[in-house]
Amino acid sequence: MNHLDPQRHVRGESQYLDDVPVQQGTLYAAVFESPLAHGVLHGLDVTAALAAPGVVRVLTAADIPGTNQIGGIVPDEPLLAEGHVHFRGQPVALILARSEAQALAARALITADITPLPIITDPRQAAALGELIVPPRTFKLGDSAAAFATCAHVFEGVAESGGQEHLYIETQGAYAFPTEMGGVRMISSTQGPTAVQRHTAVVLGLGMHQVEVDVTRLGGGFGGKEDQATPWGALAALGAFVTRKPVKLVLDRHADMRMTGKRHPYSSDFKIGLDADLKIVAYEATFYQNAGAAADLSPAVMERTLFHATNAYFIPNVTATAFSCRTNLPPNTAFRGFGGPQGMFVIEAAIAKAAEELGVPAADIQRRNLLREGDQFSYRQRTEGCHAEQAWDTAATLYDLAGLRAEVDAFNKANKLKKKGLAVMPICFGISFTKTPMNQTRALVHIYSDGSVGISTGAVEMGQGVNTKIAQVAARTLGISINRIKIETTNTTRVANTSPSAASATADLNGKATEMACAALRERLLRHASTAYTLNYEGLEIRDEQVLAAGIPADTNWEKLVSSAFWQRVALTENAHYATPGLHFDPVVNQGQPFAYHVYGTALTTVTVDCLRGTYTVDALRIAHDFGQSFNEVIDRGQIEGGAVQGIGWMTLEEVAYSAEGRLLSNSLNSYKIPDLYAAPAVLDVHFLDTPGHPNAVLRSKAVGEPPLMYGIGAYFALRDAVRAFRPGTALPFVAPMTPERVLLGLYPEFVMASKILAD
Amino acid sequence: MISFYLNNELIQTAAAPGSALLDFVRYDQHLTGTKIGCREGDCGACTVLVGELAADGQTVNYQSMTSCCTPLGNAQGKHVVTVEGINQASGQLTPVQQAIVAEGGSQCGFCTVGFVMALTGHSLGQQPATPHNTRAAMDGNICRCTGYKSLERAAEALGQQLAGRPATNALAWLSKQQFVPEYFQKMPAQLAVLQAEISPLPPSSPPTLLGGGTDLLVQRLAEVRAQPVQLVFDQRSRRGIRQEAGGRVVLGAATTATHLLESELLRGLLPGWEDFLKLVSSTPIRNMGTVAGNFVNASPIGDLTIMFLALGAELTLTDAAGAARRLPLHDFYTGYKQLAKAPGEQLTEISFPAPLPGEVFHFEKVSKRQYLDIASVNSAAWLRVENGIIQEARVSAGGVGPVPLLLRRTSAFLAGREVSADTLGGANEVMQSEISPIADVRGSAEYKRLLLRQLLTAHLLQAGLEIELV
Repeated sequence: MNHLDPQRHVRGESQYLDDVPVQQGTLYAAVFESPLAHGVLHGLDVTAALAAPGVVRVLTAADIPGTNQIGGIVPDEPLLAEGHVHFRGQPVALILARSEAQALAARALITADITPLPIITDPRQAAALGELIVPPRTFKLGDSAAAFATCAHVFEGVAESGGQEHLYIETQGAYAFPTEMGGVRMISSTQGPTAVQRHTAVVLGLGMHQVEVDVTRLGGGFGGKEDQATPWGALAALGAFVTRKPVKLVLDRHADMRMTGKRHPYSSDFKIGLDADLKIVAYEATFYQNAGAAADLSPAVMERTLFHATNAYFIPNVTATAFSCRTNLPPNTAFRGFGGPQGMFVIEAAIAKAAEELGVPAADIQRRNLLREGDQFSYRQRTEGCHAEQAWDTAATLYDLAGLRAEVDAFNKANKLKKKGLAVMPICFGISFTKTPMNQTRALVHIYSDGSVGISTGAVEMGQGVNTKIAQVAARTLGISINRIKIETTNTTRVANTSPSAASATADLNGKATEMACAALRERLLRHASTAYTLNYEGLEIRDEQVLAAGIPADTNWEKLVSSAFWQRVALTENAHYATPGLHFDPVVNQGQPFAYHVYGTALTTVTVDCLRGTYTVDALRIAHDFGQSFNEVIDRGQIEGGAVQGIGWMTLEEVAYSAEGRLLSNSLNSYKIPDLYAAPAVLDVHFLDTPGHPNAVLRSKAVGEPPLMYGIGAYFALRDAVRAFRPGTALPFVAPMTPERVLLGLYPEFVMASKILAD
Repeated sequence: MISFYLNNELIQTAAAPGSALLDFVRYDQHLTGTKIGCREGDCGACTVLVGELAADGQTVNYQSMTSCCTPLGNAQGKHVVTVEGINQASGQLTPVQQAIVAEGGSQCGFCTVGFVMALTGHSLGQQPATPHNTRAAMDGNICRCTGYKSLERAAEALGQQLAGRPATNALAWLSKQQFVPEYFQKMPAQLAVLQAEISPLPPSSPPTLLGGGTDLLVQRLAEVRAQPVQLVFDQRSRRGIRQEAGGRVVLGAATTATHLLESELLRGLLPGWEDFLKLVSSTPIRNMGTVAGNFVNASPIGDLTIMFLALGAELTLTDAAGAARRLPLHDFYTGYKQLAKAPGEQLTEISFPAPLPGEVFHFEKVSKRQYLDIASVNSAAWLRVENGIIQEARVSAGGVGPVPLLLRRTSAFLAGREVSADTLGGANEVMQSEISPIADVRGSAEYKRLLLRQLLTAHLLQAGLEIELV
């Protein structure tokens, strides 16, 4: 069973936002953005822009009929700047013109009168000044302060991880149309249609029912279109509402990079205590999250950092505190892993620090402290169906960890200019939105009178294959061919009040709702069959489109049964509501049962560093992963391979850089590099662990979206291992990404010292 | 009027020659299979095939190009192929499409058509379908869902199918196997007719010269689109690579990086040449970017510029009246993006003395990502070494000053000295005083200094240096 969409993708027939045929009279929008990262906005001069050819309107905050506010968790983000500007790239005005080129030309004619204010780009500086998005949070288990006193070994350090551009190849955009009812209908490239709808309604001063959002598919999202598709949808809608003309707004790549937030950079302090047997007794971490200029999803991202602060390890005494720090950068946002990777990087750094200081392999400490069945996390949930040790041991055996280590050591002995490195990266990732109410959705299933089936859910297809999975669930539940099933666009008028497609939970939530709807329809059809064909209801089923009574083919099939049911006025539509059972979490005490289940796995990473040039290759990534009962191995393998390579990118090449003035330096694809074909590991093995899955996972097939990203963290530690093989004992800071620059400076620290002395 | 075939349709358009082929395809012809990803040739989502009638008039040579930086005028007289032009009307997938679907090589799908076109171009090309070549055909395409492993598996399956491709009359076989529709077979004759009919686009005055477009359409599309341009990409007289009797190698200014890469002459003269050229951008960009364009763009980090500085290249500049003058490449750069070139002058030819046996030419480039990236620092060296003594040297370096640098003092220091660690140390000292790197997104100043030291070491290792590193 292949992913359904690719048949159209390879022929270029899949429709993305910019491919929608343009309606006559459409106006094109361009966004004038703040040229400064912080300041008092006194006003704009739009005279020249208004006089420019083709320009119809220039809209500012004053033109917003409703409330100028799009903040989701915290109402701290205007759609268009008013009074102040808080980051470079903040939308200030919207130019509407008859062509895109005219809109862009006019944009260059606008000037803003801004009095500069001090600029903060560093999260620790922001924290010191009390610039916090929300109050700090602390997750606590046991008593770490007291426990350190009992430890044989205690180590402290600092770890820093960088941002990451989403770099969905399809940039952000929306296309809005005025409706006859005085509202707006729009096509949006968003992971969160309801978020776009809700905020647009607020901005326009309308009820949500007056704003319809439709999504066909995205050319990549990765979290970048969870919250941050909203401004572009709301702006296009504002244009359409004010002018009563269709308005199309598609960001070009540079604008997208300048104006949108990225994965949050973190700077963190850690302290780890071990006993004489290398058992981790206590762990403390303080995370300084660089949130950017507005809350966006930062508080939730910060929370997940705390959930995953101990990764796949059981630590009895934990104190983890996080600060969400307000800086003058674009608001950072969701990105695959959602704060989890940042938390895991720090505990892995702490373990590496302990291992390096003690002169023991990090893997010894890691293996000895893996989670076991019934172990408690700092948030008090206990593991249930824990596969941490199974994943590690399977990977270690299957891929011969001891042999790999010996190979690396032998290579390093034999080679001077090249060194290999090896790291093991176990993962444990919780599945569910940690804001419990978000774990709900609905599926609307129509069986048409000819036996074809249309399904609407809250899921947005963005390459993760969720439409295919939903179709598979429906086909299985109804007992029919998948070819009869069409997954409709995601539309707020068909399925309302949805959560975004995020948190790896989309297939679970929407698949479960689809299963419920289809099961209800199946039951109704079989009840009808038992009456219409005088069959015993017990033992009736539909298999391969044939109705079977106690396993024997009855005198009807799917098409006939559906037709017969229709003429007997049986309802052929079902709307099912699914809410993940058993979830609760109290964010005041930070305790509860936030996750439906956890996903486990272990990856072995080997790298080779060219010690002359500081360049490197990630040679092999070998993974044992807990899929549960995968029902689409092609899609699931694609998610693991893709997520892992994205994680490697985050840890190696991908370096988001801002100037001290808050200007994005890595502002194009020529200065921000993501993995290409050759940067992906030559060997990428994925082993499907034999695990039972979880009843909360759709058809017991566990969520696969985010967890694999964190396998990429192994690349950082493998590179570190290789650098230390060349330069034993070198004092490498725990700073990611490990770019060729950081590698070379780590290999030749004396050159750096010398040039510093010369400079002084 | 620009005339060309777009898929199976003759196009005659008055659109601006300096506009982007991508915009014409998507917004004029509404062929939306070709996607916009970055508009700077760095993602490959807009990859199309551009077929040019071969000199024999019987075959069409297809190359992949990123349509975002292909000037529309460069389509003149050619066959431009988008995905709509390879789709089978029956709905049956082509073997390339089928392989990608079968291996799960398409996730969000936005980059997919670019991969389809790159692999289709490879199928239509002359390169043997080895796993290495099939992978290399995708070196200009980025997949952010990172389905690279599935795409590699697809390429491998495809390579096996292409093993059956005959050496002659390959197009008929490819058409039968449904790699391309049947109309491709009519294209040589149709292009021959078209070429006979079209006249070259009128030159602009004063000429704004436009080559492959890989820099100008990235940096100044709106400006280039709005003005008359003189296209030099298809000046066939300015394309060839030849060796003169005296040993000098002469390149026409419109020679592309692909021509350089594939030149048997250069590969023979310069060991390692293919590997060096593979470090320069990507397959589609190499198909478009010209040597002259690379030089005139005056990037302080241009790979080709750095190579040719060390090769001792000389430029021929021709003015509107046809008067030519010659200038060493190292005198071409007078300041950041400043050239010793009068407005009316055109760079028409490049030449350099062919290295003799025993002479070492070596190129080094380090960037964040090994391929399809701009260097943090690049460097080339030409060294004549006899009995362990460097007789003569030319070392160049990019990314360490406002212009691509010929390191004259470093080169002079090396001359007459033995290949040794002491020489390396001394040369490095001179070199560090000859460069002025600045911190930017490609690295800190101290990194660039250290890196160039390492690259100089790499050059001398090529020349036989044996040292204990560290």
